[in-house]
Amino acid sequence: MFQKNDPNLKVIMATDCGSTTTKAILIEKIGDEYRQTFRGEAPTTVEAPFEDVTKGVLNSISEIEDLSGRKFLDGEKIIHPSNGDGSGCDVYISTSSAGGGLQMMVAGVVKQMTAESAERAALGAGAIVMDVLAINDKRLPHERIELIRRLRPDMILLAGGTDGGDVAKVVDIADQIVAADPKPRLGISYKLPIIFSGNQEAIPIIKENLGEKFALTITSNIRPTLEEENPWEARKKIQDLFEEHVMAQAPGYNKLMEWASAPIMPTPAAVGLIIRTIAEQEGINVIGVDIGGATTDVFSNFTVDGEKIFNRSVSANLGMSYSVSNVMAEAGLDNVMRWASFDIDEEDLRNRIKNKMIRPTTIPHLLDELIIEQGLAREALRLAFEQHKLLAVGLKGIQQQRDIADAFDQESSGGTLIKMMELDLLVGSGGVMSHAPRRAQSMMMLIDAFQPEGTTRLAVDSIFMMPHLGVLTEVHEKAATEVFKKDCIVYLGTCFAPRGEIKFGNRAFTYKLDLDTGETHEGEMQFGEIKLIPYGLNEQGIPLKGTATIHPSRSLDMGYGRGKTVKGEIYGGMVGIVLDARGRQLKFHPDLQERVRQLERWSKAFDAYPERKGGT
Amino acid sequence: MAHAYAPGLRVTKQAEITKERILPLKGDVDVKVGDHVNAETIVAQTELPGSVTIVNVIGQLGCEADEVPDLMVKGPGEKVEKDEVIAEGIPLLPFLKFLAGKVKSPIDGVVEKANPVTGQVYLREPPLPVTVKAYIEGKVVEVIPEEGVKVRTTATFIQGIFGVGGETNGVIAVAVDGPSKELKPENIKPEHKGKVVIGGSYVGIQTIRKAIEIGVAGIIAAGMSDRDLKELLGYDLGVAITGHENLGVTIIITEGFGRIDMAHRTFNLLKEREGFKASISGATQIRAGVIRPEIIVPLTKEQLASEVESKVEAKDGVKGGDPVRIIREPNFGKLGKVKRLIPELMKMESETKVRVMEVTLADGTDFVVPRANVEIIED
Repeated sequence: MFQKNDPNLKVIMATDCGSTTTKAILIEKIGDEYRQTFRGEAPTTVEAPFEDVTKGVLNSISEIEDLSGRKFLDGEKIIHPSNGDGSGCDVYISTSSAGGGLQMMVAGVVKQMTAESAERAALGAGAIVMDVLAINDKRLPHERIELIRRLRPDMILLAGGTDGGDVAKVVDIADQIVAADPKPRLGISYKLPIIFSGNQEAIPIIKENLGEKFALTITSNIRPTLEEENPWEARKKIQDLFEEHVMAQAPGYNKLMEWASAPIMPTPAAVGLIIRTIAEQEGINVIGVDIGGATTDVFSNFTVDGEKIFNRSVSANLGMSYSVSNVMAEAGLDNVMRWASFDIDEEDLRNRIKNKMIRPTTIPHLLDELIIEQGLAREALRLAFEQHKLLAVGLKGIQQQRDIADAFDQESSGGTLIKMMELDLLVGSGGVMSHAPRRAQSMMMLIDAFQPEGTTRLAVDSIFMMPHLGVLTEVHEKAATEVFKKDCIVYLGTCFAPRGEIKFGNRAFTYKLDLDTGETHEGEMQFGEIKLIPYGLNEQGIPLKGTATIHPSRSLDMGYGRGKTVKGEIYGGMVGIVLDARGRQLKFHPDLQERVRQLERWSKAFDAYPERKGGT
Repeated sequence: MAHAYAPGLRVTKQAEITKERILPLKGDVDVKVGDHVNAETIVAQTELPGSVTIVNVIGQLGCEADEVPDLMVKGPGEKVEKDEVIAEGIPLLPFLKFLAGKVKSPIDGVVEKANPVTGQVYLREPPLPVTVKAYIEGKVVEVIPEEGVKVRTTATFIQGIFGVGGETNGVIAVAVDGPSKELKPENIKPEHKGKVVIGGSYVGIQTIRKAIEIGVAGIIAAGMSDRDLKELLGYDLGVAITGHENLGVTIIITEGFGRIDMAHRTFNLLKEREGFKASISGATQIRAGVIRPEIIVPLTKEQLASEVESKVEAKDGVKGGDPVRIIREPNFGKLGKVKRLIPELMKMESETKVRVMEVTLADGTDFVVPRANVEIIED
């Protein structure tokens, strides 16, 4: 058994089992420091004919064997601890999100009342609601039972009854859930999570009836009175339970647990740990995002009134493969198509997206397909961030209640903690971010989706290893820190973007960039323009610095009020300095041809894509 | 040797299939181990208690609540018909009985009880029968007491890539000439009522509508359009969890969205089984713990004797010579054979650097494709 922070640890094999792809990295002690040396990738094997997540793990490690010329596998086993002959690794660790998205059923007593409140809470937590059960849903009990069995929900949220009201009906619905005895879709022995957020007087009976068979969690009533809705605690519990019970699970998970030297960490927990560490070490406000195949996880660490507040949201059905069709359904086809810098037939686009959904492990071969995927990624990121803003509200631990009129108006709920003007660093991770053929594409996706305001640095996970490093911090902090700084984080540059809107073509701001290389860039940006000034890294790979002076026009704000000049430090990066005068919110031209030209200008400013064959 | 792994759907001439058939509530199992059942055989059934109707007797007779049990003309457990008298008031004088108030039953059912505290009478509607069918023809191999059975059969087994609609069955009827032919409205004939119709490359919304109108049980085709799917469902399908739709027909697509030839092996196998009864389900769940739509054609003893069983095992990976299908543009849907696996990373048109393989397509041209963009097909 290994020791935590063992100085003799030399070879670490780490995998992340995503819903679509399994990524293996090799970390080795070279001299006195730890470095990431090889990487392998293979489709996650949760589908037939394999239905065993460990197959994908072995495949990804065998890629490392091919590339390194060393032996890490002995048949169907990882060699660890190492044999001393150069084969094997000292520890094997893993994260997992192979279980994919979150599909829930919700239940209440009255369809239009408590069941609807439960549905809103589940949707607000990022779940897909497979069905809504209620005493008055016009179904017979056996039909409800059959439905629960057939749909195999990952979790059930049970609401019903106002506090002090009728107990019998919510108990009746609970009994139908017991009768259905739903089997978890992953076919392994874990108890189905059920969250009870109903009449608090029913708790003793609910505990008695459901407590043994299910992983029962009790929260405060989602609808304590007819006039009040209180979804916050239930939403939080949904997110926690998803991460703990559903997301990491997959066929073969038990075998994976036996292999690993340390407990398997859910991917969002591991990435969250890294984002939090960056924010705390640097003393800055950070937003991080990990966009996967089934889910998109957003993390934020903001200082509010002197207190650091970390928030994590898992948008369980926004992702680039299994959930890609849901991105289209939620964002709307027009919002997806607006990112295509070429004319594309709606039917063709729809079919391509559905084909990606039914065969999730495929990758874009053609440029047009890459552009479409990156457009979908922008929408997934945008929606996930909107959801994060809704969840990152109020101070931790303070429960808010809204009256029922507010419940239908998410905007009126107690203000988000996310202040874009105060954001210092935006970090992107996940396949579509880390494996974008050009880093400029990642930077554009982040800027377009999150629309940072004022002065913001951007970075990306180099080859998608934040989850691996997150779990590594639990095993060997020094190794995790060194690899993070040297091999993982890639600074892309700084984005300057004023908030507000003026007439297209009018002067948005003037700028003067005094770079540490001795160069000076001065100029004026018209509203609607975007410009990239390449400014990279020094010989040690550290971003070059400089000073920026930005003077916005009187209707635009760079963080100190409208028309107020901002002077601050700038950092270069792999892409450079972005002067973004496109306004916040971004505006698209309504005319198709004009919009295509607009996108072309934006892409050209970044040299984001190669020339398209047979077109611009 | 370098290897690659790819997902694959089962297209098997003979496979042993076992299906669990369970009641939603506890009840009676009607068959025993060893029984031969067909798709329509009811293997288990139960009765769901009817719903309760409350009759306010004191309101209608103007009596006291504790008098109600004595005023009942139908006692607990007795059957009543709609409009039949269940309670009668007491007249002031016996010969004025015809003037006494009467309470009639609003439903067909059984008297459950007369409550002397509230004065209400509870009537229960007749129980509702709930049944479970065998779904596939085969032999009962296990009885789960009070719950259901396991049915086993040897069958031709084909998995689709996506489907909508629930379990159904019907005789297979091939309605097109070949795997590259679209299933058009004119191919759907009145004689296809209750059958599982096999199309070729594509099925459009007009054809589906005609099939529903005629009463076709199921449609199997290679591809369909997502726009038609949206029109059919009435909403944009976000996450692929299907099978509970009530469309009037079950649809299974075998290859993907768009126009695409059906794999020859799939088409030929279905053609070989023309005239046989198939059990099909469109239920699809594309997520970890995947469920794919299925076509099960149970085989007769004679066939089992005459056909050589082709045992299918999970393949370890793609090797040179393996038949594959390209599953993403360009050349989406085309078939070929693996020429070689190239170990080095290669840059595609999208500039994505990936591991690739060289595939010889059916027309003889060689094509370099990302390994992730092929799927193994069974020989």
